[in-house]
Amino acid sequence: MNTTWSRFNVTSIVLGFAFLYLPIVLLIVFSFNESKLVTVWGGFSTRWYVSLFHNQGLMDATWVTARVGVISATVATVLGTLAALTLTRYTRFRGRLLFSGMVFAPLVMPEVITGLSLLLLFVAIGLDRGFLTVTLAHITLTMCFVAVVVQSRLVSFDRSLEEAAMDLGATPVKTFFQITLPVIMPAIVSGWMLAFTLSLDDLVIASFTSGPGATTLPMKIYSQVRLGVTPEINAACTILIAVVAVGVIIASVANKRREVQRQLDERAAQRG
Amino acid sequence: MSNAAVTAASAPATNAGKSIVARLGAAFVGRLVIIIPYVWLLFFFLIPFIIVFKISLSQTAIAMPPYTPVLGFNDGISGFFAGFGALNFDNYAWLTQDALYFNAYVTSVIIAAISTVLTLIVGYPIAYGMARAPATIRPTLLMLVILPFWTSFLIRVYAWIGILKPEGLLNQLLLATGVISQPLIILNTYTAIFIGIVYSYLPFMVLPLYSSLEKMDYSLIEAAKDLGCPPTSAFWKITFPLSLPGVIAGCLLVFIPAVGEFVIPDLLGGSQTLMIGKTLWNEFFANRDWPVSSAVAVILLLLLTVPIVLFQRAQARAQEQDK
Repeated sequence: MNTTWSRFNVTSIVLGFAFLYLPIVLLIVFSFNESKLVTVWGGFSTRWYVSLFHNQGLMDATWVTARVGVISATVATVLGTLAALTLTRYTRFRGRLLFSGMVFAPLVMPEVITGLSLLLLFVAIGLDRGFLTVTLAHITLTMCFVAVVVQSRLVSFDRSLEEAAMDLGATPVKTFFQITLPVIMPAIVSGWMLAFTLSLDDLVIASFTSGPGATTLPMKIYSQVRLGVTPEINAACTILIAVVAVGVIIASVANKRREVQRQLDERAAQRG
Repeated sequence: MSNAAVTAASAPATNAGKSIVARLGAAFVGRLVIIIPYVWLLFFFLIPFIIVFKISLSQTAIAMPPYTPVLGFNDGISGFFAGFGALNFDNYAWLTQDALYFNAYVTSVIIAAISTVLTLIVGYPIAYGMARAPATIRPTLLMLVILPFWTSFLIRVYAWIGILKPEGLLNQLLLATGVISQPLIILNTYTAIFIGIVYSYLPFMVLPLYSSLEKMDYSLIEAAKDLGCPPTSAFWKITFPLSLPGVIAGCLLVFIPAVGEFVIPDLLGGSQTLMIGKTLWNEFFANRDWPVSSAVAVILLLLLTVPIVLFQRAQARAQEQDK
């Protein structure tokens, strides 16, 4: 291969990743800044983390966000997996075009539109804005992301496994739980994590659909950011990043281990 | 018809004992797989749009909720049809009278278009480099592109405030190295919005580009080179056309949400910049004018219908190819 091209490749990757990561790294570094001025280095300190844990409003918001995230991600994973099954397994039924449209459109729909429309729905059916409405809104948004992730796994799924199970007398339901589900499990797990982080992350839809007593962490961070950049917010962001990073690393290690195990099993099966 | 049910039905010899009941049960479960997500999306995605449309035709009122209901079923079907007479297009008329809204739509589309091109220019070399990297490190590179996507959008936008503000890190660096003598004003300008959109949406551009570039057969480039084609023209004649599906998917994934973006123009663009997502937000939260914000949303949705349909078709085509 031509060396100038590969030097170009390496340069573009390095520059690209620097662009992607530098702002996050700087944010984390300055969360340990002693000085109250966020962008002037005044020595290492963890005082902002300490004051963070004494900020009751922020702590309450964290708790709300975590509960909304876990509940909505779990329900969204079930619904999204069903939607993915529908998209890949049922190629012909009335209203399929509308269905696939409803699954793909929320992925790109501007959040202000989704948020406003959901709020107007909740008002129309007389549901008080609060914890429940945010959770319902997040389920609707994130189930579509889960559907896309699970669908991509289902497309490459070897159907002969299911057929073999059913030829051997397993019912379709049993086949699903014993054959299909274990195979698509990695995609379901990453779908859940994606749904959880999207819920953790969402400001716009939560602002529209949330009510008093259900302020989420992004809403809290946003209202403080509007008043100016503070090291305390940097600290809160760093903790959020750390939680997500640890989760992603654990998931990818677990995934890798499962993959290795699967290869070992396959080899053993071939030998035996 | 469910495939599972077909298989169950086509094996009556082995499953003769499990009669009609089991088969009906299977068919019912198969239907439920469709019905549950379908009904959910109808109720929480489609019907809300109809309500938005309905409220955009109602009048603003000082009440809670702050609008006069139209097209209700309270008076039965006849009342519903009589309601058509009371429909009110003032909110749409208002959008055309006040130049603010028109400018906000136009500016949003232009900003989104420019940002999309910039994201493509920044993202293409990264995707290209990744696709030609040794196969062993490609999964790691891929994970590194996806990882920032997992960290909060709000946080990533917030991180740029500290970098771009007049006394921020970028100006400190440039002043210290003597590149500039006066701090640059970047925060609260359109430049900051461009930077924010390119930064936040970069993974959405890189991933589809990478997946189409990775599938490409590089022996084509080798062949072109052997036949004396210079690298630049080989790129424009072979690589770029072959990566076009990725380019289209990436551009739509950036452009559509960028038009209605709220967080980036609000935090990085300041009060001087005009974008429709921010206008809708202000109309709703500051002015509490629900009918006008609904009308803004309806027009925005109409504006985005064509790109959204294109996106859905691209998705469907990609899905067919994978099969």
